[in-house]
Amino acid sequence: MLKIHCPYCDEQREEEEFSYSGEAHISRPLDPGALSDADWADYLFFRKNTRGWHHEMWQHSAGCRRYFNVTRHTVTYEIFESYPMGTTPKALPKGDAR
Amino acid sequence: MSLENTQKNRLAIGGRIDRSRALSFTFNGKRYSGFLGDTLASALLANGVDVVGRSFKYSRPRGIMTAGAEEPNAIVQLGHGAATIPNLRATQVALYDGLEARSVNGWPNVNFDLTRIFSLFGRLMPPGFYYKTFMGPKKLWMFYEHFIRKGAGLGRAPTVRDPDIYDRINQHCDVLVVGAGPAGLAAALAAARTGARVIIADEQEEFGGSLLASDVNIDGKAAAHWLAVTLAELAKFETVTMLPRSTVFGYYDHNFLTIAERCSDHIALTNDKAARQRIHRVRAREVVLACGAIERPLVFAACDVPGVMLAGAVSTYINRYAVTPGKGLILFTNNDRAYETALHWHASGRQVVAVVDSRHNPQGDLVQKAAAKGVKVLTGHAVIEVLGGKRVKGAMVAPLSADGSKLTGQAKALQCDTIASSGGWNPVVHLSSHTGAKPIWDEEIIGFRPGKSTQAERSVGAAAGTYDTASCLAEGDASGVQAAINCGHSAVATSYNVTGETAAGPAQALFLLPHGKPTSRAPYQFVDYQLDVTAAGIELAAREGYTSVEHVKRYTAMGFGTDQGKLGNINGMAILARKLNQTIAETGTTIFRPSYTPTTFGTIAGRDVGELFDSARFTAVQHWHEQAGAKFEDVGQWKRPWYFPKTGEDMDDAVGRECLAVRNHVGILDASTLGKIDIQGPDAAEFLNRVYTNAYLKLAPGKCRYGVMLGEDGMIFDDGVTACLGENHYLMFTTTGGAAGVLNWLEIWHQTEWPELKVYFTSVTDHWTTATVTGPNARKVIAKVCSDIDLDGDAFKFMDWRDGTVSGVKARVFRISFTGELSYEVNVPAHYGRHVWEKLIEAGAEFGITPYGTETMHVLRAEKGFIIVGQDTDGSVTPYDMNMAWVVSSKKSFSFLGKRSLDRSDCTRTMRKQLVGLKTMDPLDVLPEGAQIVNERNAPIPAAMQGHVTSSYYSACLERSIALAVVKGGLDRLGEQVFCPLADGRVIAAEIVSSVFYDPSGARQNV
Ligand SMILES: [Zn+2]
Repeated sequence: MLKIHCPYCDEQREEEEFSYSGEAHISRPLDPGALSDADWADYLFFRKNTRGWHHEMWQHSAGCRRYFNVTRHTVTYEIFESYPMGTTPKALPKGDAR
Repeated sequence: MSLENTQKNRLAIGGRIDRSRALSFTFNGKRYSGFLGDTLASALLANGVDVVGRSFKYSRPRGIMTAGAEEPNAIVQLGHGAATIPNLRATQVALYDGLEARSVNGWPNVNFDLTRIFSLFGRLMPPGFYYKTFMGPKKLWMFYEHFIRKGAGLGRAPTVRDPDIYDRINQHCDVLVVGAGPAGLAAALAAARTGARVIIADEQEEFGGSLLASDVNIDGKAAAHWLAVTLAELAKFETVTMLPRSTVFGYYDHNFLTIAERCSDHIALTNDKAARQRIHRVRAREVVLACGAIERPLVFAACDVPGVMLAGAVSTYINRYAVTPGKGLILFTNNDRAYETALHWHASGRQVVAVVDSRHNPQGDLVQKAAAKGVKVLTGHAVIEVLGGKRVKGAMVAPLSADGSKLTGQAKALQCDTIASSGGWNPVVHLSSHTGAKPIWDEEIIGFRPGKSTQAERSVGAAAGTYDTASCLAEGDASGVQAAINCGHSAVATSYNVTGETAAGPAQALFLLPHGKPTSRAPYQFVDYQLDVTAAGIELAAREGYTSVEHVKRYTAMGFGTDQGKLGNINGMAILARKLNQTIAETGTTIFRPSYTPTTFGTIAGRDVGELFDSARFTAVQHWHEQAGAKFEDVGQWKRPWYFPKTGEDMDDAVGRECLAVRNHVGILDASTLGKIDIQGPDAAEFLNRVYTNAYLKLAPGKCRYGVMLGEDGMIFDDGVTACLGENHYLMFTTTGGAAGVLNWLEIWHQTEWPELKVYFTSVTDHWTTATVTGPNARKVIAKVCSDIDLDGDAFKFMDWRDGTVSGVKARVFRISFTGELSYEVNVPAHYGRHVWEKLIEAGAEFGITPYGTETMHVLRAEKGFIIVGQDTDGSVTPYDMNMAWVVSSKKSFSFLGKRSLDRSDCTRTMRKQLVGLKTMDPLDVLPEGAQIVNERNAPIPAAMQGHVTSSYYSACLERSIALAVVKGGLDRLGEQVFCPLADGRVIAAEIVSSVFYDPSGARQNV
């Protein structure tokens, strides 16, 4: 069970309070109508399925209900940082941190 | 019979048992006695009980082999009835007065076993049995399963509710120490002295580990003295929690560990005063794993005969429980440490027949010591086969080549009744392995040691392959200091002066002993006792082409028992490695996963049982519904009235009556569970416009609009009515089940894509009671309780809402309809809900007002062809598929959620499944929901599926059955006949019709 820092509450809380919400930094195209079916499908369905450091969205669903981003290692589950929506993540650590 | 007589193996003095407290217990129906401080295993050995179970596959008699968690044979079921627990290891069950235990595997009883008579049984189950059986014809498995379940048994789950209480406690600490042997205690003490918050847990009845039966001196005093002083010091710290009888069974992410504490299992089977077991969910900043090591048996023919035991276990029984489990001992070893067992046995006054040492020239202190006591030592020899059936009668001993690979002379028989076996030690790497650390093979210790840490943990003492007390104490102290420092405390190291230890000489890496015959022909050489996996089976797997240890594990079932192969896995890997001509390091080990030992469901569930398992939600009118005799149905967590039967009515009668009442007079429904989200802010309208398929920018105060929400994939996600309450203020109704999901949906789009929009969402579902008054007489009912709203049909139209007062309570009244009749949805603050509901019932009495439930609601809406999201839709249908093109606006400038997907080629193709109605040819046939639809009555199987029935009811109002269905190209097929083949063999013919069965023009709701 992960221990997650909510950047809005500024607290380390148990995973039970949060909901996972998939890969982060996928922007909705501003003009969907201008996209080909393939490009739209790419936005809609395709994700990186990263092995290693992964930027992902979480919601503090049983807390402040805000969405934020987490940089988590998908093999070790280590969390590098949590950061608010709309901000830029720090440079990724090299390899597995441990 | 006196105690001394029944406990024939009990020594006159010694041990840590309390001889003043005799306890009586039964095993397989027979009465025995033991002492306080015994385990069930030590008491059985004291009483000379040899056979404690039957093996899984070959049904061979089995005896107690170990003294700990690794026990594969002595698996018992305690008690009977509600509180019974299956699959406990007798070695870990503390004896209490009145204990009642049975073998879990032994049918019909352990001493006479029917399955053994079917000697074919073993031959029917070669390695790969499970794989081959599951891949083979189904009937074969059913045949085997009968025998396996009945014959082997793996305990019986209780059939009635567990009467006991289980607790859960969430804990935080600086340092969690697993294991209270010398290393763990030194670590806990070092950390505790810094002021750190420490939890130390140990699975045994008492703390101390190897110190409980140790000959060494620590700081000039006996080990037992140091132990007592250390425990006393630890107990004084308020910051230290000491948990004996507590198994750390899982190590999860971010230093989260789970501990199962057995609170009262050592006192009695059930406990009506406090919790029986307690789970500790611990978040630790630092972890010290000092969980010890498990001895590894040597593998030789018939090494499973009762009386063959681990050497260390024999010592434990002698020293801690004053039980010498036999008369004449042969110790078979490849290492020095095991010689202690021969010395302990000798000291207990019984005969050591011989020490059989596989090494040709052992020179260690203990070897000398044994020789000095006159013990016969056969070096360069091996036990290659055990004689005896239900108890060891002797051993075949033969000279062995120096590398242990072949016999160099004739075997001869030696008589004995006990064989203590030691092939070295395996550090307990399980918890470290739970974290993802890969165990590493170490030639020096001839075992796997914990791999590189992935979390803030370190292994010390025997768990790290360190076996002498001095080093264990030093490592423990250093780890405790380091862990405390990592938590921000300042610590100083302590040094311990240990004397009286004997230096151990080098051990030999030896696993499987050769036999006069090849492995495949030799008598069974058991590796995994619990699942009867033999050396021959592992070699067969290798011959059949399995080279990965994980595959061999699945092929042979090695390690799949409740003991998870604690005893046999490493031997199995060594045998596989040799067969594959590679090193053990190359072969690797399997991955260990939680739980370390089986954990009861009660412990895991804690207090979350019964009505606390999942909370129920009730509306404010719940008690009225109960008094009215409602039957309830679960909708998510909500309890909703399903129908209100009158005396003598069944469900069909009640629903038919309720439906007719609504169509002809007036009905009332508790709709409070509908999700309600209050939406405010200057950009609220713009936001709604983006998430709904239809237009919301021009919705005026006092007006309502039905809308559909799509996922970005264009598929219907939820539907409902949104009302404009005022400028920048809206109220959104969602489906009962969709309320939480819709709120999440609004929040994620607002927060992650459109944070610039000023809009706020508040769930207000529970704030309101909603009473839907519907039917031709609805206006007359409302008029009696509401005088400040102009109810005239031209002043207060369909899809309008008004503020007003109902029975003296401020109310919002919505003219929205899910029945197709004239409807008023009266919303009042929930605290007034019951009052207003009763006033409406009172007012409606003269008009025949009838309360109705969800079933009638479903029938009425189906008559109107109104969809229910999640019933008529399944996440793969668009509004066009639902024949709802009218709800999709093509004029909106913003590309609303899901719009682009509606143009994807798959969404625009022909022959998509579309919503239609079905009328069965026989009006009394009601199609089952989910029935598949085909084009021809007698189509050859497999027939091409055309779709399925989504909703189906008998309509009392139309006096016939009606159904909604999704059918390929259905909207172009009105009037065609299709067929529903049913599971019972009937084929029902039906005509495709419009999905609106009743009042297609909508005149009735628009009055
Ligand atoms: Zn928060």
